Amino acid sequence: MVLYPLMLPLFLVTAAAGALIGRMVWRNAGLSGRPGALVVGTAGLLGPLLTMVPLESCTFEPDRTAMDMAVGVVAFVGGAAVAVAVVAWIGRALSMPGGWANLDSGDRTGSYRNRPIVPWVLLLPSLAILAVFLYYPLVETLRLSTHLVRRGAPREPFVCVDNYTALLGPSLEWWLIAPVVALVLSAVATRTAQRVDRDGLSDWPARWRRVRGMAVILTVLAATASVFGPNYRPVFTTTLILTSGVVLIGLAVGLAIAMLVSQPVRGRSIYRTLLIWPYAISPPIAGILFFVMFDPLTGIIGHLYETFTPWDMPNYRTDPTLARVVVILSSVWKTLGFSILFYIAGLQNVSTQMLEAAQMDGANAWQRFRHFILPSLTPITFFLIVTNVTYAFFQVFGTIAYLTRGGPAGATTDAMTAIVEAARGNVGDGAAGSMVLFAMVLAVTAWQFRATGSRIHYGN
Amino acid sequence: MAVNMASVARGEDTAPEPKRTTVRRKRRRTWHIHIALSIICAISCAPVVYAILVSTQNNAQMINFDLTLGESFFANLSTVWNDRNLGNYMINSAIMAVIIAVGKSITGLLAGLAFVYFRFPGRWIVFFFVLITLMMPTEISILALFEVTYDLGISGSMAGLTIPFLASATAAFLFRQHFANLPANLSEAAQLDGANPLQFLSRVLVPLSWNVLGALVVIEFLYGWNMYLWPLLTVSNRDNQVVQVGLATLQQSGEGQMYGPLMLGALIASIPPILVFLALQRPFMRGFAMTRDK
Repeated sequence: MVLYPLMLPLFLVTAAAGALIGRMVWRNAGLSGRPGALVVGTAGLLGPLLTMVPLESCTFEPDRTAMDMAVGVVAFVGGAAVAVAVVAWIGRALSMPGGWANLDSGDRTGSYRNRPIVPWVLLLPSLAILAVFLYYPLVETLRLSTHLVRRGAPREPFVCVDNYTALLGPSLEWWLIAPVVALVLSAVATRTAQRVDRDGLSDWPARWRRVRGMAVILTVLAATASVFGPNYRPVFTTTLILTSGVVLIGLAVGLAIAMLVSQPVRGRSIYRTLLIWPYAISPPIAGILFFVMFDPLTGIIGHLYETFTPWDMPNYRTDPTLARVVVILSSVWKTLGFSILFYIAGLQNVSTQMLEAAQMDGANAWQRFRHFILPSLTPITFFLIVTNVTYAFFQVFGTIAYLTRGGPAGATTDAMTAIVEAARGNVGDGAAGSMVLFAMVLAVTAWQFRATGSRIHYGN
Repeated sequence: MAVNMASVARGEDTAPEPKRTTVRRKRRRTWHIHIALSIICAISCAPVVYAILVSTQNNAQMINFDLTLGESFFANLSTVWNDRNLGNYMINSAIMAVIIAVGKSITGLLAGLAFVYFRFPGRWIVFFFVLITLMMPTEISILALFEVTYDLGISGSMAGLTIPFLASATAAFLFRQHFANLPANLSEAAQLDGANPLQFLSRVLVPLSWNVLGALVVIEFLYGWNMYLWPLLTVSNRDNQVVQVGLATLQQSGEGQMYGPLMLGALIASIPPILVFLALQRPFMRGFAMTRDK
């Protein structure tokens, strides 16, 4: 790796940021701030090497474009962030009273303590498979994403971050204004509500905070979309639309049906089975069923639609909006059973005595739902959001392959479909797309950690 | 749970009298719930009912939107089974799904045993090594995984289809959580009786874990049977292909789509996972009710 003059201020910035974070974390844990600043500051200083050594700091070569440089800065800061997070987390646990014991998972002490080799033998199959077929391929994906890899070609030349810059092309779009304005307005409203609410009894600050949280998410999504270039931006928005459709519709409908089937009626186990079994159908087969049902010439849906309404059924193989709707519908149909199952399990834990007490106190059905049922389902809702997002990111691919093949005009080409398509030409392009998708997975995970950290209602 | 604690605290002085009236009232008013649930069940089952009808029809009958059983079932079956050789794909899918379900259960049981009943240096590192894989879906690195199996010489074979999926954090943590909730003195009693860890696992823990095991087998069998992208990328030989990819031979992109065989193929390919789901439905639901994520 070569040290270019441009990198020196960056090293200073990451080291200083690491030191500040370390000091803050140590102080929050009730420790002296100085050792924390020293340890985590070192991590901030050395962390960028995680990405800069494999890249040979090529993005900071003097003749590189501004875009290369920007990607390089992201990689630089990303490496520092990983190192800072890991070192801060482990270091804090070690310097607190108890040391290593703070990191242990808290399971009970086993009685098979006297044979040190046995647990490693038991864990070997899992660890070997995870290392060879999950960890190593992830590192290898990172390597592929900086190379030009054509199937059958004898050489795989290093291309720096070209595979990433091919996805980018930032531009200021008019629709960026909307979420930013919403963010500013909701932030002002939150402040005003807090100031007006002197006795701390009003619901409005909490409501405005929720609106502000929503505006933050929308702003982040819009800003991310505006960073991608004309090739990848439609893929990103398609992924967003399909994912939010599957998650929002799936969870709302799933919860409604679960509430219905949780009523004490006769034969509800039969209803339950009838509602849950589509979970066993595969995503490709869901695609095939909807392919035939929505067929523009022979499909039963178009026939019913034209019989009962005066309008013509649009053709989903040429209409981009309808194509996305059909993909979302088929995916919701397939995943609904899973959401219903978990919401039924969650509703069994909602105390009926509490609900009856609320009813006696005069809470109407909506208030009982909003203030008792929904909060106690929060952990399940978060679990289902994550599983449904994962489904939308990775499994809807099979449905799309049989239903629309990414068309019409790329309207249903989601991230996974784009990765597989790109990899036919240059595996490096597919690998770069995979890393972008990985960043999206990590963002969802981080959001989940943040959101559940403060609000979750733990069971029992 | 805050709600539960409060309800237990308040519930002690709840008289039985109002409860009985609510039950009686609910029973009187259930007919509209039955109607709503019947309509929802009808909608949710409609795609498959329609598929069953189309699978017995020829194209002419289907284009007339005739919603009765047709006479072309055996002709369609012959197309699917003899001409397109769906049976071969089904066998490959079955072998793959069984290997994945059994393999993941075994590696998960062993890992759960090690995490809960052993204390060893570096356990927290191993724990996080496994935990972090929850954030690393296989699909992210599937292009590199292809290169790995290619270099190992197992790409496209049954070994290449199954070995990468024989371990998962889900299985390990499902069993870890379940074992941690079992009575604490089990392992001491087993050790006093002279049982080694594997005997303890097979004679004590597994019989106490049928529900979790059943739930995991359902999830992992469906995962294996429904796998699409990995076989699509790696299997080039038609004899080794699985049914989710093989169904594409029944689909035409342009004119001349035969709808009956396509629907019949989709239905036949759905029978094994539905049977597994229905057979293990009870442990599946119980296993989840007990070990649901907190």
